[in-house]
Amino acid sequence: MRIVVLLKQVPDLVEEFEINDDGSDVDREYLTLLLNEFDNHALEEALLIKDATGASVDVVGLDDSGIDQSLYSALAKGADRAIKLTGLDTSSGWVDSHTRAAAFAGWLGGETFDLVLTGVQAADDLDGQLAPILAAMLDVPQLSVVVGIQATEGVSVDQEFAGGVVATLDVTTPAVIGVQAARQAPRYVPIAKIRQAQQAGGIEQVTIPRPGAGAGLTIRRMYLPEQTTHAEMLTGSDKEVAGKIIDLIRARGLLK
Amino acid sequence: MSNDVVVIAECAGGVLTDTTFELLGKARQLADGWGGQAIAVLVGNDALAGQLGGAGLVLTIDGPGLGDYSSDSYLEAMMVAVAARTPRLVLLPTTTAGLDLAGALSVRWDAPLVSYVVDVVAEGDAIVTTSQIYGGKIMAEAVITTERAVAAVIASSFPANAGRQDGNPVIEALTPPASSGRVKFRSRAEPAGGDVDITEVDLLVAVGRGIGSKDDIDLVQEFANAIGAPVAASRPIVDAGWLPKTRQVGKSGLKVKPRAYVMFGISGAPEHLEGMRDAELIIACNTDAKAPIFDVAHYGTTVDLFDLLPELTEKAGG
Ligand SMILES: Cc1cc2nc3c(=O)[nH]c(=O)nc-3n(C[C@H](O)[C@H](O)[C@H](O)COP(=O)(O)OP(=O)(O)OC[C@H]3O[C@@H](n4cnc5c(N)ncnc54)[C@H](O)[C@@H]3O)c2cc1C
Ligand SMILES: Nc1ncnc2c1ncn2[C@@H]1O[C@H](COP(=O)(O)O)[C@@H](O)[C@H]1O
Repeated sequence: MRIVVLLKQVPDLVEEFEINDDGSDVDREYLTLLLNEFDNHALEEALLIKDATGASVDVVGLDDSGIDQSLYSALAKGADRAIKLTGLDTSSGWVDSHTRAAAFAGWLGGETFDLVLTGVQAADDLDGQLAPILAAMLDVPQLSVVVGIQATEGVSVDQEFAGGVVATLDVTTPAVIGVQAARQAPRYVPIAKIRQAQQAGGIEQVTIPRPGAGAGLTIRRMYLPEQTTHAEMLTGSDKEVAGKIIDLIRARGLLK
Repeated sequence: MSNDVVVIAECAGGVLTDTTFELLGKARQLADGWGGQAIAVLVGNDALAGQLGGAGLVLTIDGPGLGDYSSDSYLEAMMVAVAARTPRLVLLPTTTAGLDLAGALSVRWDAPLVSYVVDVVAEGDAIVTTSQIYGGKIMAEAVITTERAVAAVIASSFPANAGRQDGNPVIEALTPPASSGRVKFRSRAEPAGGDVDITEVDLLVAVGRGIGSKDDIDLVQEFANAIGAPVAASRPIVDAGWLPKTRQVGKSGLKVKPRAYVMFGISGAPEHLEGMRDAELIIACNTDAKAPIFDVAHYGTTVDLFDLLPELTEKAGG
């Protein structure tokens, strides 16, 4: 079985966001990009399947800023091949999911695969999530919000619904799966091993034509949320803030 | 093209979900403005059609294999519905079904899709949407001028009451699509019950990724013990295996409404807010003054949780 995991770099949400001068995008100059956390879960789930069945796991990314680091880290964790698709500039501004999907679909069209795994969503999926868009372009089935995959006999997936209800469904291959969470927390890999992978090289580069598809939306403006309501901020020393919080809870009669 | 707005009627445990009515209310408002009608598409649950009084028309699509949700058969059913009515706009929720369907529908029906939507308005001939992106840190306003579009809406963006109306919608049964046989439902499991039911308590302490490590959950537990509250968590804490699933608050966890919710190191992503925004008193500790949680919390502090928790435990007499 061949599993292809699609990886994407996204801004670290813990950072401070600013809007660019014409208000059409976030200001990317000082943003650090990290691997989308859900893609990291998709990779883990693929590696768990590999551990159990001997499947091959290939990681594929577009030329996002910082993608090399994520591809090397995936190789260090046990991925078989790392492939970077170049030819689509993803570093200077937001690239919509339809364009990304078309880029992957173009490449996957010439490949044989059983499963494509990717994160269920990314924080900047303004025009929707990659997995269902890609699956429709490839005309293969898709399931999102997946929290576990069994691939020993056919493929069945656990799909999560509101309230933590989980449905198990069988799916034919090839299929695309949007992973919410792997069956276990993503494994860690020592920096030394990532460095080794880096020194060994090993990222294959494939140039792809720039896809014609787009999102079909015009972003009129981006802005920081207007804080119509804002928490009343508690000030003072750590001790004073703690005292105020206890007083608030006590005032509700919730403490003995 | 018509001026209709289509929503998918979603069921959970045989009951129509709140988001169905939230979307239906909005669909009605938009369709009224455009001179079209709000249409609910009900797949595999014919018996519930009478509860969709907020719709002018209910399209029922039922047949073998449509009783239980599956991405593939629901997508084909939606294709049947849009082919029959050529609506101006399809509104989907950002639930599991919505996440499955929106992107695929956008490709198959050749319509632009806008996601993470919290508002939709008509502006002349255009549709203008507002979305919450980057975990709620940025708002994006998009303009759609095509004659058909799909929008995936975040839960609780619109009042459900506007869609929960009595009425006698026209009910029309459409011929179900042939099954592709690609996705087959097998079974469904409710989450296992836990030691405590976090939906039943008055006072709840919650911890998020800001805690950084499993061992430090003890700091939160000590404070929680001191005030007699259980510890709830955001999803990453549960995915990491640091607390059980029965403690997860949010979209894919539990919806809680305690009299007080005291939270540490949680950013306030829309999926978490879905589960706790109705708490009577929300107190948030987060070192990032711009964290979206401060737009929802009643009281906040940017003191580091590692400094605050020991002080809190001491003050509470623990
Ligand atoms: C389909 C789907 C369903 C989901 N369902 C849920 C759900 O049910 N529940 C849920 O919670 N999430 C859910 N999520 C995930 C959600 O999108 C967010 O990823 C998640 O809520 C983030 O959790 P967090 O706030 O703990 O972590 P982060 O967003 O990483 O936030 C950590 C916060 O801690 C703060 N912090 C760091 N250090 C400190 C310190 N020393 N002191 C104080 N503050 C500190 C940081 O400033 C940051 O704001 C779902 C996602 C998807 C796609
Ligand atoms: N403390 C944290 N705060 C925010 N994001 C984190 C944190 N720890 C891990 N992540 C995210 O989880 C992903 C996987 O991290 P790691 O497990 O360290 O490889 C990274 O891409 C980060 O975005």
